[in-house]
Amino acid sequence: MNDISTTVDSTHPMISMSGVEKWYGAFQALRNINISVEKGEKIVLCGPSGSGKSTLIRCINHLESYQKGVIRVGGIVLGHQAKTIDAVRREVGMVFQQFNLFPHLTVLENCMLAPLRALRLGKEEAEARARQLLERVKIAEQADKYPAQLSGGQQQRVAIARALCMRPQVMLFDEPTSALDPEMVKEVLDTMIGLAEEGMTMICVTHEMGFARQVADRVIFMATGAIVEEAPPAEFFSNPKHERTRKFLGEILGH
Amino acid sequence: MGRDEFLFLLLGLKWTVALSAIGFVSGCLAGLAIALLRTSGIRPVERATAGYIALFQGTPLLMQLFVVYYGLALIGIKMDAWAAVAVGLTLHASAYLGEIWRGGIEAVPRGQTEASKALALSYASRMKDVILPQALRISLPATIGFLVQLIKGTSLASIVGFTELTRAGNIISNQIFQPLTVFGIVGMLYFIMCCPLTIYGAYLERKFAASAR
Ligand SMILES: Nc1ncnc2c1ncn2[C@@H]1O[C@H](COP(=O)(O)OP(=O)(O)OP(=O)(O)O)[C@@H](O)[C@H]1O
Ligand SMILES: [Mg+2]
Repeated sequence: MNDISTTVDSTHPMISMSGVEKWYGAFQALRNINISVEKGEKIVLCGPSGSGKSTLIRCINHLESYQKGVIRVGGIVLGHQAKTIDAVRREVGMVFQQFNLFPHLTVLENCMLAPLRALRLGKEEAEARARQLLERVKIAEQADKYPAQLSGGQQQRVAIARALCMRPQVMLFDEPTSALDPEMVKEVLDTMIGLAEEGMTMICVTHEMGFARQVADRVIFMATGAIVEEAPPAEFFSNPKHERTRKFLGEILGH
Repeated sequence: MGRDEFLFLLLGLKWTVALSAIGFVSGCLAGLAIALLRTSGIRPVERATAGYIALFQGTPLLMQLFVVYYGLALIGIKMDAWAAVAVGLTLHASAYLGEIWRGGIEAVPRGQTEASKALALSYASRMKDVILPQALRISLPATIGFLVQLIKGTSLASIVGFTELTRAGNIISNQIFQPLTVFGIVGMLYFIMCCPLTIYGAYLERKFAASAR
């Protein structure tokens, strides 16, 4: 038909970014980003505020466009055509710091919407899937409530279930616990750990270093739009190579 | 004032209701299109719709009706008074409702669009299922406020010879020389239509303010 592939192909890395650069006007937010993530790998992305972590993961599902380089998800080359963007978004789930649940829909409806509209599932199948995933994030009994009636931790777990209802190949997390009260952080991290244990490919922007130690295959440290250092967590925490990494770790582990 | 005179006023009232309904329904449809174009993200389209809104908000409805009825006739487009008023009110209402709803759409947090994009929802589904239900809810009090203005604005249709409530009142008043009684009744009839809407709008506003907390 044409050379644009829109199906995921298992011979490629799950995600690859090569030479990706992004500008906001004259400001360069991403500099020569090269990342390859294999299926089932868990990456933790950290770095100081403004270093471009959100921008990086938002390029993967094209919430942000980029000016240079290539991003592949599965075998799909993420171009700027609606068709490939759509194909990629169906394979990539995202969880936001502010949950972004749909406030006018119940928890169940939040989870059913995308399977109904984007995957065109039947109502019964979408509902069965939604209930199953709400069960999995341990919130099935709240299915008929509205988001505003739930605690932050519960809302974030619904957001995770909502993304999982698309049966994505990859999950992106952008500081999923930063907006939560401390006592709710654990329930969300536990949900993410469960997901990691089941083999989900994940990229998590987080400053939860305990989580990084426990589940990450690699930790990537960014500063001023570039990747500074990339290492397995044991090495990253015990033997950081760059001065900037040491300074950053000193700041977040110090208190 | 006799029974026949009163029935004549009710006949005028019927046209006022019909004009308001036409203006509101077709204004809603066209206004929705305007609001979507105004927020489309396509620069030239946004500019053009901003111009359309500015034009119809910045000129009196009276003049718009004049132009549609007499002006278009001059260049050979003949419309009867009924069609001209319907077109004029639609243009007018679509500009106001388009602007009200643009505000509503822009008041929906960006995260809602982002989440629905991340879930691979199409533009149509994003709007229909996520953004518009929230935007219309936010805009409902202002929308009702505009409907009240529109009902009263239909009185201007009398200038193109349309016998709606205000003109009917005028005619009767000239026949029986009791302007106070006649316009008292005309005023009451407007009030009976508009007041419940105003109260309903205020109620919705309180309700949303409470649920936003
Ligand atoms: N829409 C935008 N327009 C202009 N500049 C932007 C925009 N979004 C982000 N930036 C800039 O790009 C840089 C990277 O932002 P980004 O949100 O990716 O950082 P971050 O690492 O996620 O930070 P944080 O930890 O605070 O979330 C910042 O300097 C930010 O000011
Ligand atoms: Mg961020």
